[in-house]
Amino acid sequence: MVNSMLHASVFSQEQIANQIYSMWLQADPIAETALPGQFVSVYSNDSGRMLPRPISICEIDREHGRIRLVYRVAGKGTAEFARCLAGNTLDLLGPLGNGFPVDRCPAGRSAFLIGGGIGIPPMLELSKRLEGHAQVVAGYRDELFLADELAANGDLYLSVESGHLFQVLSEGTGISAARRGISHGNVLDCIKENQLQADVIYACGPTPMLRAIKAYAQEQGIECYLSLEERMACGIGACLACVCESTDIDAHSQVKNRRICKEGPVFAAEDVVL
Amino acid sequence: MTRINTKVTIAGVELKNPVMTASGTFGSGMEYGELVDLSRLGAIVTKGVANVPWPGNPTPRVAEICGGMMNAIGLQNPGMETFCARDLPFLADFDTVRVVNVCGRTTEDYVEVVERLSDEQAVDLLEINISCPNVKCGGISFGQNPDSVEAITREIKRHARQPVIMKLSPNVTDITELARAAEAGGADALSMINTLTGMKIDVDRRTFALANRTGGVSGPAIHPIAVRMVYQSAQAVKIPIIGMGGVTCAEDALELILAGATAVAVGTANFRNPHATVEVIEGIEDYMRRQNVKDICTLVGAVK
Repeated sequence: MVNSMLHASVFSQEQIANQIYSMWLQADPIAETALPGQFVSVYSNDSGRMLPRPISICEIDREHGRIRLVYRVAGKGTAEFARCLAGNTLDLLGPLGNGFPVDRCPAGRSAFLIGGGIGIPPMLELSKRLEGHAQVVAGYRDELFLADELAANGDLYLSVESGHLFQVLSEGTGISAARRGISHGNVLDCIKENQLQADVIYACGPTPMLRAIKAYAQEQGIECYLSLEERMACGIGACLACVCESTDIDAHSQVKNRRICKEGPVFAAEDVVL
Repeated sequence: MTRINTKVTIAGVELKNPVMTASGTFGSGMEYGELVDLSRLGAIVTKGVANVPWPGNPTPRVAEICGGMMNAIGLQNPGMETFCARDLPFLADFDTVRVVNVCGRTTEDYVEVVERLSDEQAVDLLEINISCPNVKCGGISFGQNPDSVEAITREIKRHARQPVIMKLSPNVTDITELARAAEAGGADALSMINTLTGMKIDVDRRTFALANRTGGVSGPAIHPIAVRMVYQSAQAVKIPIIGMGGVTCAEDALELILAGATAVAVGTANFRNPHATVEVIEGIEDYMRRQNVKDICTLVGAVK
């Protein structure tokens, strides 16, 4: 149970791609309990910015009590976070929501960990936690980030939208670590091209991608979990801003609406309508 | 240390301090109860409850603006039966005043909820939302015309066992007309202000930031408007006023009290700081000690 805001200090911060930043925060109580797929609410130091930014946890270093956030600068709030230097502080609330069910991929089973764009970061911690075989399928538009680290924890397959990036990668430059395949297209093209198989799918990324993955999982009869995103306000389930449509009437809301921050952000694909 | 009295009374119901939660920002307290000692609060005002479950509006439902936010949740709620079976028993365990906010599309809807709640001992006060800008029927459509405000207030008072607070909209030319109308209809108290209707456009996507296109503006940006409207209304009516609109700290709360509010509610600030309610309470107590104010009631409307 999360029972107070944490005044966390920035341990390190670096830009890892265009508009993409990686920040380690000293956040002992969060690191202690956080699970892959959970998120934290990050509060602005500007008192005029009223809403926290929900950011998924990319990595958890329990030993040192730190969490890593990899995020895209999308507006004034994230731009402020990107200016933070080691030693600066940020208020955090978390870990929030429910993470990916790692127990669905025990030893002997295999999983697709599909990340699209800024949906890629939570796949890093997930790839480290799975006991089964992790096949990471990462979809990038025009620039790679986290690829070497993902390759270190599982089989990495890249799908890239940009023809230019595809060409660069095909020539064998731009990524140092081993990876199994590179496709020009979307994440499902990549899975099909490489004839990959899995028992369970974990995915995070833009809604059109998740919609396609849900259809693919249904067609293939693969168990599938999706991490959803929506504009949030309270982050803890009180304000009902961040709902998604649910297949059945939700026990809490009594309508076909489920709270992403509280019951999610990870849902079984069949439970949500995208 | 000076002994101070922070108790206030609204329609015969005593609050241990004048700080309440603003409807819609705090659910029924379950989620914030993990972060805040709910028994510290003067009162908890629930999210609006209708006769049947309401699905609310499409997403996105919220957007941030400079010094505030906009929302168009659309009064999503699980309906009165689930509320009475689940939320009320939870709230009954805390040493605080319980105010249930009631919403509806028609007068009959409001009356149905008010009658259902009349048997519930855990309900201390009713707050009637006739001012939500984000639903097509009901809500604000009742709240912008003095005659309809008076009529619905009278009808609700005929059926209500608990005292009735009418929540007024700031989206009107002269709020004192509506305040007088509610008082004439028999309201026991008023709360103001609900959100101001606004619009935000995402220039990158060239779309409306909210799926509902318009939404209610709340937060510090609207606080001076709330202070002004509380002041004007306090001059116009005799019934107590609960002031709200952009309260983030004790100073904001005290402004509303000095303008004429008997109690205040903290809304959007809960999102910025989940501990905001308790910090406002402590800040008011500090102010009273510092200024040697023995009784908070002496501050109500005391602006010179």
